[in-house]
Amino acid sequence: MKTSFAAAVLAIAGKDLRAELRSREVLMAMALFALLSVLVFSFALELDRAARGEAISGVLWVTLIFASILGFNRSMANEQDAGNFDALRLAPISRSAIFVGKLVGNCCFTLCVGLALLPLMTVLYGLNLLDGWVLLTTLLGVGGFSTIGTLLATMTAQTRAREALLPIALLPVALPFLLTAVRATKGVLGGEPQSEWQVWLQLLAGIGLIYFVLCMLLFEFVAEE
Amino acid sequence: MTDISSSNALENPMEPGAQPRLLRILTILTVLGFAATLILGLFVAGTDIQQGEVQRIFYIHMPSFFGAFTAFGATVVGGILYLARRSETWDQIALAGVEVGLAFALINLLTGAVWARPIWNTWWTWDPRLTSAAIMCLTYAAYLMLRAGIEDPNRRRAFMSVYGIFAFVSVLITLFIIRIVPETIHPVIVGASPQNAQGGFEATSGVVLALVPSLLLWLTLMPITLIWHRVRLEIRLEALSLQKIRALNE
Repeated sequence: MKTSFAAAVLAIAGKDLRAELRSREVLMAMALFALLSVLVFSFALELDRAARGEAISGVLWVTLIFASILGFNRSMANEQDAGNFDALRLAPISRSAIFVGKLVGNCCFTLCVGLALLPLMTVLYGLNLLDGWVLLTTLLGVGGFSTIGTLLATMTAQTRAREALLPIALLPVALPFLLTAVRATKGVLGGEPQSEWQVWLQLLAGIGLIYFVLCMLLFEFVAEE
Repeated sequence: MTDISSSNALENPMEPGAQPRLLRILTILTVLGFAATLILGLFVAGTDIQQGEVQRIFYIHMPSFFGAFTAFGATVVGGILYLARRSETWDQIALAGVEVGLAFALINLLTGAVWARPIWNTWWTWDPRLTSAAIMCLTYAAYLMLRAGIEDPNRRRAFMSVYGIFAFVSVLITLFIIRIVPETIHPVIVGASPQNAQGGFEATSGVVLALVPSLLLWLTLMPITLIWHRVRLEIRLEALSLQKIRALNE
């Protein structure tokens, strides 16, 4: 009997979320890292008021992507260490269901951090980030680099150096998301007319879709015995 | 094309099969072609009025990027075909593509820096295109690092095929970034330059005469020949490591 795609996705994502709710180790680490990163950035860049407006979208996205790497690493390493990944591969479900399930879990964690960062940075930097369009950009951007992050973390979890390799492998290929998301956020926050930055959001969504399809197709080869 | 030589190499890695005739012809053509395009670029093409002799580096700078494009393209094709057919040769081509492409990309960066020193008055600037070209190099350096980190050969081949496909994104970004991010100072020679571009020049008939042969050489002959040689070297290396294991077990 084959479990349906949706049921498998829900089961895998649900398991990740439940485990996280009980242990809270990944989310806590990600949130603390994100908080530290935002504070360290403001020291390192010695931001004055004008520079803050310029740099804030870069700070937001660099922080988010690094925090997400922590999450991807942990989430795949957990599967690998406890032997659960083998069990998932043996289960009568399609490989792409495993991918989407892990993706949903990873995406949720990073989104939590992102949603917590927005009000925090609004307070700390004195710029209103709680804007519908910024939320949409966060959703699309996080979803985007979570797809490629989940795929690559599955790969690096099976290598010798593991944690060290993921950022090296992920950052260059996640660059399209970083580039478009930073541009879109900057446009929205800078109060530019919508026609100016809308194209970045469209690009972000388009690239995200292409990556998602590619990752769905290629995950099968990454999850081989 | 390498199946015959691979079976020879397996028998005795120190004396693999002779070079296929086609490869020998390609090698000679590449060397002659490179000499010819150098002569065209260095002596036949006229000196640029504004930039002087340094502009001639362009006849290597731009073609080397497209050479890298072909080589990294071979990595994508090799990766897809490896995943579909599971033949080692395709993975060897993909790896050769990365190494050859990385060499070309570094030539591209270095020649760019040499040109920028007199024209932009700096070796390096954080221009979008320069940055993306540097990131492209790092992506493929990451490919090699990741590859070295995976022990199981079959897993390594499958993973690197997947990564090779994604890594090509960085090549496309480098190619198109001057069209999407307008604040670049990197000139565009074919088509309209961005507003802020500094150090552009017109593609006159003299420039085209020296550029087109060089571009064709770097796009086709040069990467194909080098990749082929690199694949043969890889076959020899693998055969050698097999023999080493065999010798240690005896």
